[in-house]
Amino acid sequence: MDIYISIALFAPLIGFGISGLLGRFLPKNITGLISSASVLLSFCCSIRLFTHLLNGGEALKLNLYNWISAGSISIDFSFLADNLSVWMMLIITGIGFLIHIYSIGYMKQDEGFYKFFAYLNLFIFSMLVLVLGSNYVLLFFGWEGVGLCSYLLIGFWYANSDFGYAARKAFIMNRIGDLGLLLGIFMLFSVFGSTDYHLVFTKAGQANSGTIELICLLLFIGAIGKSAQIPLFTWLPDAMAGPTPVSALIHAATMVTAGVYLIARSSVLFIGTEWVSTLVMVIGLLTALVAATIALKQNDIKKVLAYSTVSQLGYMFVALGVGAYSTALFHVTTHAFFKALLFLGSGSVIHAMSGEQDIRFMGGLRKKLKITHLTFLLGTLAITGVPPLAGFFSKDEILAKAFFGHGMLVFIILAITSVFTAIYMFRLYFLTFYGTFRGTDHQKSHLHESPLTMTIPLIVLAILSCIGGFLGLSSLFSHHHFVHDFLHKVLTDAAIPHPSHFFEMVILGASLLVLTVIIFTTYRFYTSAKNIPVALDQEVGVSKLLGHKYYFDELYRFIFQKPVEWMSKFTFQTIDRKLIDGIVNAFGKIADFFGTHLRTLQSGNVEYYLLAMVVGVVSFLVIYQLV
Amino acid sequence: MILIILPLIASLFTLFFKNKVAKIIALTASVAQLILNFILLCATNLKSTSLQALDFYPWYASLGLNFSTGVDGISMVMLLLTNVACVLILLSSWDNSYSSMTKFLALILFMQGALNGVFLSMNGLMFYIFWELALIPIYFIVGIWGGENRIKITFKFFIYTFLGSLLMLLALLFVYLHTPGNHSFEWSEMLKAQMTGWESTLVLWAFFIAFAIKMPIFPFHTWQADTYSVAPAQGTMLLSGIMLKMGIFGMIRWMWPLAKNACECNYNIFIILAVIGIIYAAIIAIRQNDIKRVIAWSSVSHVGLIAAGIMTWSKEGIQGGILQSFNHGINVIGLFMIVEIIERRLKTRQLDQMRGLAKHGRTFACLFMIITLGSVAVPFTNGFTGEFLLLNATFNYHSIIGIVSGLTIIFCAVYMLRVYQLSMFGPEKDNGGRIGKLTWSEYSTLGCIAIIILCIGIFPNWILQISESSVDGLLMLMKGGPAL
Repeated sequence: MDIYISIALFAPLIGFGISGLLGRFLPKNITGLISSASVLLSFCCSIRLFTHLLNGGEALKLNLYNWISAGSISIDFSFLADNLSVWMMLIITGIGFLIHIYSIGYMKQDEGFYKFFAYLNLFIFSMLVLVLGSNYVLLFFGWEGVGLCSYLLIGFWYANSDFGYAARKAFIMNRIGDLGLLLGIFMLFSVFGSTDYHLVFTKAGQANSGTIELICLLLFIGAIGKSAQIPLFTWLPDAMAGPTPVSALIHAATMVTAGVYLIARSSVLFIGTEWVSTLVMVIGLLTALVAATIALKQNDIKKVLAYSTVSQLGYMFVALGVGAYSTALFHVTTHAFFKALLFLGSGSVIHAMSGEQDIRFMGGLRKKLKITHLTFLLGTLAITGVPPLAGFFSKDEILAKAFFGHGMLVFIILAITSVFTAIYMFRLYFLTFYGTFRGTDHQKSHLHESPLTMTIPLIVLAILSCIGGFLGLSSLFSHHHFVHDFLHKVLTDAAIPHPSHFFEMVILGASLLVLTVIIFTTYRFYTSAKNIPVALDQEVGVSKLLGHKYYFDELYRFIFQKPVEWMSKFTFQTIDRKLIDGIVNAFGKIADFFGTHLRTLQSGNVEYYLLAMVVGVVSFLVIYQLV
Repeated sequence: MILIILPLIASLFTLFFKNKVAKIIALTASVAQLILNFILLCATNLKSTSLQALDFYPWYASLGLNFSTGVDGISMVMLLLTNVACVLILLSSWDNSYSSMTKFLALILFMQGALNGVFLSMNGLMFYIFWELALIPIYFIVGIWGGENRIKITFKFFIYTFLGSLLMLLALLFVYLHTPGNHSFEWSEMLKAQMTGWESTLVLWAFFIAFAIKMPIFPFHTWQADTYSVAPAQGTMLLSGIMLKMGIFGMIRWMWPLAKNACECNYNIFIILAVIGIIYAAIIAIRQNDIKRVIAWSSVSHVGLIAAGIMTWSKEGIQGGILQSFNHGINVIGLFMIVEIIERRLKTRQLDQMRGLAKHGRTFACLFMIITLGSVAVPFTNGFTGEFLLLNATFNYHSIIGIVSGLTIIFCAVYMLRVYQLSMFGPEKDNGGRIGKLTWSEYSTLGCIAIIILCIGIFPNWILQISESSVDGLLMLMKGGPAL
């Protein structure tokens, strides 16, 4: 069975090698197919591993070689395929494959085609290392690897300077979180002497609880960076500068959920830490709400979806914070389906609109883009939580867990966020697909449905978004929850009472009612021509605040960027040049005063210099002999 | 011994030939050196915890000055770095056509011999002599082929480092005078020197300042950025790639063992200085406009981390430091090669005068990216393992020190990606130069470096194992365990 791990892992790496090195000599379709095939192969292996585990098989471990060993540190290049990592593998390779196929169509015209596929394959490989690694250092390896791919892909169209800045911002903000994770790893080394999951988790009980809390806090800082939570979330919306398939794969479905994976993986450590878990929940809650309100006022189709991603990640962190780890993973799964679908749908729209991303200039697209429209609608219904689509089950579960785990306040805030979610999603949907077309004539004449390579992944994802929720068809009808049952072999959830059937029914009814009202009002509002959003600089009051994303970027520039730049200048010009070098030069002047003759030695004449050297050594020896 | 003599002879030999032939001879000699180095590597017992003597010729026996060389895992890594780096440096100079190129090549070879001598010396005075010998060629390389203002800058550089060497000589003499019986400069004899704690502290500080200037560690760094930026590319490569490792090596081989009676508390001060240097240099690097200066400052920052990690004197720290010395040497040569290639094409190194170079130089962009990543210490590249071990060591030493030095991973990303973005990304400049095709020597220099970066990133144990037993031996020695 071990061989399946190796194949799953290295197929994308080989794909990367082929498309990266030979891609420029091969026809585009071949490169695309080879890359996609490598991910498909990886997906098949994941399924094989999945069935193995499903039938009660043992977790598999594959040890390749000893990677780093120095003193007390020994890190193996070894992989662990247990229920949690295989579950993530399925998401990564499954969605990854669909997005590879989609990209063949989407990137067809791009001159960097082969490079794009090489990066995508490298990303899949890094992400697999992240989830399959059997110790925290390998997790970090994958963690940085995906960060790198994200950097490369955000800056893919490098000729645009803004995109370059966005890429750099993403990398650096992630690195801030990475430092936390790295320090957490060092703590693990000093406490447990190893970072192997198995070893750490079995010894976790014996460690001092204060230390464990500190470790969890540091790991959480890492998760904040990667999963774009407050205060490190501003990079994700900017990351939309990358090609849309990248936004779908990396910045929605997989990489950004790495933080959730990290905490779920460390659930043994987190479950005992009261205040860190509460912090996780509070941050998640804040992020969910703040991002959802910002999304209300964005006009760029991808930015709306980006903030929506941030908000949904907030939900997952709330679930993690209340100790419902498998629920968080369930939401990761359904979110991967519908968010990938929405992003790919938006890509199809952008493709049809000749690159236009502003929803103020769209409208009425449902007639021309039938498949895109239908699948986008299903995605919208899924994310807003219309039963029985995927989002309903997972989100409903998070709400229930929050209610029973932490009480009314958390529940209410999440519920309000859900209302916002519905509003911004239907605003987006109606502005894009209903009303009259508001673009240029040129764009109008170009409107077309995307090719099959793009629509087939949309259809598959739409189906998954519809039925994905049944994986967790739990409490409502029976007590078998497929996701929980599968993941509980690895994860230990906090004991949260099951919601009663009555509670479930009330939520179901209430959400249906509220959603109907929202759909109706947004339809009335946004299909009328006078309510089309205005440009950002004409907004006032709260709208202006939301449109400017609460001025987070400006704030960060003011607190961090400016002072560092100023310090850099000050340190160099004043401290370094004037003070330190001044002292050095003063010494020089004193020496100069006493030994002007030294200068004559510096004539730049080799022979003279060597002579002086020899004379010096010889005279030293002679003097020594005499003494 | 051949390792030392061969380049010296080859150095003389090249002087007799014309440019083209001289280039071939120089390159062949350096490749031969590398092969010899590998033979030595195979012949050396790496499992042994003690130093293995190679040659011993009494020279001025009554003085305790012998030509004695020895090798262990630690010096082996340094030798490998020197000889690999010299091949790369000579390769990188293939397309240069300086005036009196033969002299230039001869000086590089001369330097290689001196550097090998530094790493092989087992005799204090001999160490000093080679240390000084290594300074001479670089002085001329910078002084003759350097850029604007070279005379003033090389003068400062020379005086500064010379002052350091003088302190080192004093320290060596001081220890020599305290060796038991018939005084000797032999390393093994010097270890037995009887010194009080106070005397040891004095020796420690003298050594520290000498090595700190060479590396350089804050606040002894002010000669460095100027010298790097004025030196010709190969000069900068020699300085930063190999020469500053003399300081690191000196700390491990000479400073720590010889001043072992000194109070440990001194190392607190040294580590704090080194850590200040990490952040200080990183902050300065963020706003520099000259690429060469960015890299020069980044070098101060990286070396600060190496020094801090080593001076925790934990096994992880020393091992990480040795590995990272090798990595830093390779990466920095790569980076300066990148600068050189840009400068050859664009005739400028100022970031505000370049843009969008990736458009017509894709292979170059790719290789530049790999080297940048090595420098930023992304996993899968060589920098990661070294930095990981070093940061772990500093963190275990003191958590605050660890956190502060950990900031380097953020800052390094900030300034390196800034350079990459400003030079490679963005729309192409209308009237600016282009990278275009690389010549075969540029291609192979960068290619070799990229391959080394990736190989060590994937199999760092290869290097770590070379020095492992020796570090064990050193730690045992310092704990008063079996002497050599």
